[in-house]
Amino acid sequence: MRRPRYQLVVDPIACDGAGVCAELLPELIGLDPWGFPVVGAGEVPPGLVELARRATVSCPRLALTLVRLES
Amino acid sequence: MSAPTGPTRLLDGAGSGGVVGLDAHLARWGALPRVTSKVLLEAVDESGLRGHGGAWFPVGTKWRAVAHGGRSRPVVVANGAEGEPASGKDRFLLHRTPHLVLDGAAVAAAAVGASRVVVHVTARTVADVERALAERAHRGVDTCAFDVVTAPDRFLSGQESAAVNTVNGRNPGIPSFVRLRTVRDQGVAGRPTLVQNVETLAHAALIARFGPQWFRSVGTHESPGTVLATVTGLWDAPRIVEVPLGATLGHALGIGDDQARGIQAVLLGGYGGGWLPTATAMSMPFTEESARGHGSSIGAGVVLLLPTGVCPIAEAARVVRYMEGEGAGQCGPCVNGLDVLATSLEHLAYRPRSLRGGVAALPTLCGLVEGRGACHHPDGVARFVRTAVDVFADHAALHVSRGPCQTTRPFLPVPSVPVGATR
Repeated sequence: MRRPRYQLVVDPIACDGAGVCAELLPELIGLDPWGFPVVGAGEVPPGLVELARRATVSCPRLALTLVRLES
Repeated sequence: MSAPTGPTRLLDGAGSGGVVGLDAHLARWGALPRVTSKVLLEAVDESGLRGHGGAWFPVGTKWRAVAHGGRSRPVVVANGAEGEPASGKDRFLLHRTPHLVLDGAAVAAAAVGASRVVVHVTARTVADVERALAERAHRGVDTCAFDVVTAPDRFLSGQESAAVNTVNGRNPGIPSFVRLRTVRDQGVAGRPTLVQNVETLAHAALIARFGPQWFRSVGTHESPGTVLATVTGLWDAPRIVEVPLGATLGHALGIGDDQARGIQAVLLGGYGGGWLPTATAMSMPFTEESARGHGSSIGAGVVLLLPTGVCPIAEAARVVRYMEGEGAGQCGPCVNGLDVLATSLEHLAYRPRSLRGGVAALPTLCGLVEGRGACHHPDGVARFVRTAVDVFADHAALHVSRGPCQTTRPFLPVPSVPVGATR
């Protein structure tokens, strides 16, 4: 069986730029000049999926989602 | 009743004067054939019809997604909100030949299995639609229920999820984040929803009557048929012109070299579209794919011919400030980024030497907003700015070296309603 693949998606309406995600996952998430997250496109590397999941539940607005990609 | 053979289709039925009432409409086009959903979906697929609201998405694909999208009965939204200040074709169509649009909505409803159609238009068009619906009800033309919902007079009103929110009475005219849940799955009243531009529906009404082969007899393989363009800058007032897709604008508008010399540049696709050098705009095939190939978009068919003698930088600044004010104010990158873009253009227009980072800062700023909104509002503004920087590079350089233009006669239509005012 193939390992599931994931992508990070920000809901820009819910996001208020708290910046928690960028702090927890600097490997994949940066901040723009106004403090809003810039998320790398594409698949989350398998080794970072657990950290990415932690970032999603730590977002105070629950604006970050780990979406399972169709294989 | 006969299929139009020339390149004029929608406007062929629009008469030369007033409103085409139901009798005249039926005399010109005949009654809609009563056929199954399967036949209609196949006809629309084969026709190659694409969405004329601005996205140019294949209509057959969209209809199938809604038809097979969920377990509850779908809803059709006939979208005539037309928030682009420089567009008038949807309003024109609904005023002059409303029955063609309503026929198209009935065709879409039959194709996707909807029993309800919502006509979504701004206040000034409501009476036109209601008059036409009354005629149809009196004659018992339709098998599905129609109602009319008034769209707020805002730029974003016609955006798909914003239209659904207006119909649902929650956050009218404000887009939602649809990446994880689209309106095709859950839209009006939580039902699978087809939001389709009214011009697209009018084309569908003719495809249902005359078939996909007839439809493809004009246009290109990828973009068959015709498109309604709202053309500003050639006559005293804007005009609606039906252009065969793939024809050149120069030919369709009858613009010769002499006249072209008076046109500084062309904006296609309105304020979310892109600028092109006049020669390119006049000679390229008028389709979405060729416009995209040049970094622009024909969008909803807006064509603005900017005359010489107008400062394009001041125009761009005015437009971007307007677009900043028309944002929904929901997404951080758009709220912050469009304001900085507008401010930067204002500097370039009026105090060019105070623009930090120079003209090169503008494309960088565009990169900070692209793809980062819930809707494509920031993407459209970024395209407008990027192409303005390219097409007006020489003019911008003159601002920096010699100072701003002295006269800045405004040309592009920008509603003067104060930002944030209730309309």
